[in-house]
Amino acid sequence: MNGFFEDYSAYIMCFLLLTVGLYGMLLKRNYVKKVIGMTIFQAAIILFFILTAYKEGGTVPVKDPTLPLDQADAYINPLPHALMLTAIVVGVATVGVALSLLIRVYGAYGSLDEDKIQQEASK
Amino acid sequence: MLYVVRDLPPRGDVEAPLHAKSSEVGSPAAGTYYIESSYKDAGTDNIVTVVLADYRGFDTFGETVVVFAAGAACLLILRGRRRS
Amino acid sequence: MKSVGVSPIVRLACRCMARLIQIFALYVIFHGHYSPGGGFQGGALLAAAVILIRIGEGRPVSQVELSSSATLGIGSFGALLFGGVGLLALLGGGNFLQYDALPSFGLSPVGLHYWGILVIELGVALAVMAILVSIFDVLTEDDESEG
Repeated sequence: MNGFFEDYSAYIMCFLLLTVGLYGMLLKRNYVKKVIGMTIFQAAIILFFILTAYKEGGTVPVKDPTLPLDQADAYINPLPHALMLTAIVVGVATVGVALSLLIRVYGAYGSLDEDKIQQEASK
Repeated sequence: MLYVVRDLPPRGDVEAPLHAKSSEVGSPAAGTYYIESSYKDAGTDNIVTVVLADYRGFDTFGETVVVFAAGAACLLILRGRRRS
Repeated sequence: MKSVGVSPIVRLACRCMARLIQIFALYVIFHGHYSPGGGFQGGALLAAAVILIRIGEGRPVSQVELSSSATLGIGSFGALLFGGVGLLALLGGGNFLQYDALPSFGLSPVGLHYWGILVIELGVALAVMAILVSIFDVLTEDDESEG
């Protein structure tokens, strides 16, 4: 509609963020950094979904007395918002479980480095 | 992924399939249906609240259970820590 | 994280801020029908207030606010409140969480939807608050006993 950059730059930023998260999860040696990578990955996915909900010129999905509801183009799509709301809370809970597991791992091996833990475990 | 991005609908496109009035088989599409009938069904202004707690209440219930299970899992993982 | 030398300024700021955050959280929960907001956001804000007191004032003071042993109970109460509304609808002859089938106290079906959503949001808020606080408690348990 407005040229390639305006239309797709937000998507490209989402994918870059996704790549940063994937890089952190796969290549970092420290487990805490892996968890941080997972959080960034999650944020990228959430941003992507919220991005798809946007309509040009749409307002928040809360009923506005001046806008009739059958005029659906005036409101942005509420469905991705509702889905991502639950995804955010589940993400926080997941990070909590991951961190508590990491505390146990640190207690058992005295380190959070992947190589050291594998050395320790193979003894 | 940078190659595939051109096949996505552009940002803010009103014509995107997600915002269509009806799906390909003719049933009403979710997003537009929610906008049009949420106030009629539940008398609540905030459409996201209605979708979350009414149309997709079962989903939200499962999600609450997941959060609760995560809390219980944290407690179980870390409870015996001081003994070891 | 030793809570030995917390300065009075920090403690006072925590006290003021926590009350403001709690009031705002209740507003977010109960005004979620008319403006952006709802159970999840309000629950997260309530948890933030409690955790702020936990950090700022140390564990003994914050146990009065919300004791660690009560968190799991409150969390399950919230989840059961949600499930209870669903089962009540089931008993009334509808589907799970079908608000029209709830026992109506002179309310129209639309009004039943309205109040059903409010009760459910409250349950979600309680569950989220309690679980977030309990995760924080469990993660920081060791530091307190050392310090």
